[in-house]
Parts: sequence; C-alpha cells; structure tokens
Amino acid sequence: MAHLESHPHASLSSGSGPHAAVRYLIRDVGGVAKRNLLRIVRTPQMVVIGAIQPALLLVLFRYVLGGAIRIPDGSYVNYVVPAIFLEAVLIGGMTTSIGLAQDLKSGIIDRFRSLPMARSAVLAGRTIADLSRSVLSLGIMIGLGSLVGFRFHASAWSILAGMALVLSFGYAFSWVYASIGLATRDPETAQIAGILPFFILMFASNAIVPVATMPSWLRGFARNQPLSVTISAVRALLEGGPAAHAVWQSIAWAAAMFVVFFAIALHVYRNNVQ
Amino acid sequence: MIEPMIEVKGITKSFRTTRALAGVDFTAEKGAVLALLGPNGSGKTTLVRILTTLLRPDMCRARVAGYDIESEARALRSSIGLAGQYAAVDELLTGRENLELVGLWYHLERSEYRRRAGDVLDRFGLLDAGDRLVKTYSGGMRRRLDVGASLIGRPPVLFLDEPTTGLDPRTRNDLWQFIEEMVADGTTVLLTTQYMDEAERLAHRIVVLSEGSVVAQGTASELKEQTGGARLEVRVTRREDLNRAFGLLSEFGDGPPHADVERQLVSVATSGGTAALIAVGRRFEDERLALDDLGIRRPSLDDVFLALTAGPPASTAHEHAPVTTTTPRD
Repeated sequence: MAHLESHPHASLSSGSGPHAAVRYLIRDVGGVAKRNLLRIVRTPQMVVIGAIQPALLLVLFRYVLGGAIRIPDGSYVNYVVPAIFLEAVLIGGMTTSIGLAQDLKSGIIDRFRSLPMARSAVLAGRTIADLSRSVLSLGIMIGLGSLVGFRFHASAWSILAGMALVLSFGYAFSWVYASIGLATRDPETAQIAGILPFFILMFASNAIVPVATMPSWLRGFARNQPLSVTISAVRALLEGGPAAHAVWQSIAWAAAMFVVFFAIALHVYRNNVQ
Repeated sequence: MIEPMIEVKGITKSFRTTRALAGVDFTAEKGAVLALLGPNGSGKTTLVRILTTLLRPDMCRARVAGYDIESEARALRSSIGLAGQYAAVDELLTGRENLELVGLWYHLERSEYRRRAGDVLDRFGLLDAGDRLVKTYSGGMRRRLDVGASLIGRPPVLFLDEPTTGLDPRTRNDLWQFIEEMVADGTTVLLTTQYMDEAERLAHRIVVLSEGSVVAQGTASELKEQTGGARLEVRVTRREDLNRAFGLLSEFGDGPPHADVERQLVSVATSGGTAALIAVGRRFEDERLALDDLGIRRPSLDDVFLALTAGPPASTAHEHAPVTTTTPRD
C-alpha cells in the first residue's frame, strides 16, 4: 500500500477487485462507443451515401438481372432482398476498417494506447458503434426492399430472429474489418483490402443466383461458406420455412469469426509497431 | 533525497535492419524538464514511444513514475500524459467532449472529469471554443487542446513529443508558459525538440541524441562549455588589415586566434569578459584600425547541436590558421 500511496493517480484506476475492473471495462467501452456514435451522428451524409451502394445493387439485381434468373420455388425479389440486407450491413462495416486505419494514422490510437483504458475497449467500442450504423442501414434497406416488392411471409418472431441474425453476422464480420484496418494502417489501403472478402463472399455464394447453376468445383464453397449459410438462414426465417439447421450453422460461423478475428485484431492492436 | 521520475538504463531497439536506439541511459528528477535533443531520425520519438508503453524495447530497464515500463505498464499509464507531434484530438467532437472522454479513460468520476475539462479549457484559453467542433479550430488551438488532454489525468510525468513544431511564435510562447507552470506544480516533463531555444528556455537537463546514442548530456551551459567558451571577435573593415588584427588579438587571447578571410573575421578564445573587450577596442582605435564589428560571442546551443550531431566537432572550425597562408594579399 505504501507503494500505491506514493502514486495517488494509480489508485484512481486500480480500484479494487474484479468488480471494479469490469466496471471500468464497461465505462471504457462505453466511452469509445460514445465517441464513434457522435462521429456517426455528426456525419449523417455517411449513412445516406452508405445506403446508396446497396440500394443500387438492389435495383440492379431486382430489375436488370433478376428477369434472367429463375428461382425454382418462389419469387426472385424475395430471394435476393435478404441477401441485400446482408450486403448493406457488410458494405457499412467497411467503415470500421477505414476508420481504424484513419485513427492509427492520425495518432489518436497512440493517445488511446497511452491511457490506462482497457486495450480491447478501443476495438469493442468501435464495433458496437458500427453495429448501430448497421441497424440504421438495415432499416433503410427494409424500406427500399418493400418498395421493390419484397414481402415478409413469416411470424414477427421469426422476422426478428432473421434481423438479429443479419446483425450478428455483421457484428462478427466487423472484427474481420477491424483486423484489416489495423493491419493495413492506411485508410486507402484498408478500403481496397476491405472490399476483397466482401467480393469473394458475395459473388461465390447463393446471394444472387442458386448454387445449383455453378460448376461443381465451386458449389461446395459457395454452399457452405459463412455468408451463404447466413443468407439461407435469413431467407428461411423471413419466408417461414424450416430454418433451424441453417440458423445453427450461421451462428457457429459468426461465433468462430468473432473469436478468431477478435484475437487477431487485439493482437495487432497490442503489438502495433510504427 | 531527489526522487528520479524517469530512469532509463540501456534501452536498445532495432527495426528490422536499422538500429533506432543503441543503449540509452538517463534519469530525470521529479519536477524537472528533461529535453531530448536530436536531429530527425536520432531516436527521440522511438524513445518516447517506448517510455509511454506504445512500443516494446529489445532490451531495457526503465521505470517511469516508479513503475517498470514492461511489467507494470497498466499502472504506469495512469501516471503519464502524452502529447504528440500530431494533435491527437477528434475533429468531429467538441473540445470539451475530447477532454471529458480522456478523463473518463483515466478512470476519473464523471463530476471530476467534467470539472477538470472545464479547468483545462480555461487554462488554455479555449473556454469560448470549448463547445465547438475541433474541426473549426486553428492549428494552434488543436495543439493546445492536445496538450490539455494530456493533463486531464494530472499525471506526475508528462511526455511532450515536439509540442511546438509548426506553431507560430506566439502560440509557442504560450505553450512554453503552460509547461513552466506545470513544472512549477511538480510535474516532471520529458520533452523532445529540435529547437535549441526551446531546450534552453525549458530544460533543466539536456540529453543530446544522435543515431540512437547519447552523445552528450548536461545543463545548457555545461554543453556549451564542452564546445568551447566565449570568443572575442572582430570584423575588420578592410581586408588588408586582417594580418594586423590577427597580431593584435593574439596579445589578448587565451590561445592562438583564428581568421576567417572570407568574412574578414578574427576571433580568439577569451576569459577576460567586458574588460578584455574594452581593452581590445581601445587598442584597435589607437592603431587606427577600422572595425565593422567587435564583440564577445558565446557558443549557442545551435553550435553545440551541430558539433555533437553532425560529424566533426565545431572546435575544428576554430583551429587557428596562420593568417599569412590564408590571406590572399597583404
């Protein structure tokens, strides 16, 4: 104690016991989330412009390509719109990697790392703030989807579960984006690098066309990769079909992505060397 | 007993093939300003990043505010403040929001960090601008806010990495005053700078870094003495008088004079102060030797810096050269 008494400032942050540690962690994360939410609120144009890209994809698939794609059972609009929901969330998530790269470059991350706050707080707070952005863009896409003829056919609980699945996948994926942003440390590079996983998962999937039309070597990946199983699960939940198997697969993928990329992002953040 | 707040023993750090720090030692006492002086790439920023736990050293024993930089990093971070070369404040937040968040992250209670944020805004002349977004601030205001943010936790040790680089003279002067006030309150400051006047004004102790090694340390006057003492210097009006001036000065100096033909200067080491200056002036008048300038020149910290960090020491430039061989005509 004599040691601590000579450092009155340390006692402020040391608190006592695990209870205090958890309390400080929550406060730290809350502070970072607040910072990023304020940034989102003060740049509303980002949310609007962020919605344009998925809106264009929606129009493109619904009206330009949709006529040429035949779905065995059901309408194409109900087939593609759930995929657009996920696309919108993944496109929005790219701001996580760009934003983190920008924070690294501007030196603000240096300040964060020199403070007694928990090291995971900078990343957790950011991804939580970006989750709220996902909610916004999902809301926008639901509105646009119903404008182009998308209809829900399931119970309210099932629909809510579908939306929760979209958001949880988006949240897990924001840790992929966080890792990319921290590893590239440059906003422009982060932007280009962030598009890669999105493109691969989006096009080699069941998002736009049924997997059955693809060559056999591609089918295995396209059917079982995380985005595809999530899209299948969301479709089933919104259409009211049997969903349990796909939902569990999607949850498992999201959990695995979260655990792996949380560890990677935290490792890169901790060992950031300039 | 004097309490060391920063103790560094044998820091080494390499990045792939380049050696950034090659064994640096120094200590800073409580309530003192230690300036790390060195050219770009000398390792100043690397050192600051290591001491603020942003970077792991290859080898080192160092304590800051009594905490080991590796095993007690978390506690150490509660006892330091860092303001960098680039103002690390959020443009989309107001000045007050920036400060309050930093206070929250120092784990202060809400009422406390609100009060301190107000204090800092007041002290740094940002009270009127406090509720405006930082993107509307001038460069000097951002820098003040950045330094202010590092004070929210009232840390006993403050790291300022080139805090005044790129600031106008007035803002610079204001910042210097703030730093002096903090030091008067007992804060220990480690300051990196490329500006000699800054080091001279603020630092109790200067550590000169070059290529990752300490090449000299001491007070400003100790460093100047290392480079050489005061010199009596005359500039003759007519170049043909150089030889006579050389002869006269050799009677007054502590050593052989040195002539600079190009600038028509002759100088000699002196310890005689003003008396010597007056005597030399009289003598030159008696000899009817016209002078453009006469004075005592003390080495500036700039001379020290250049001498210590750029190859051959400046004393070689003062080596006496027989005037007969260097004067084009007499």
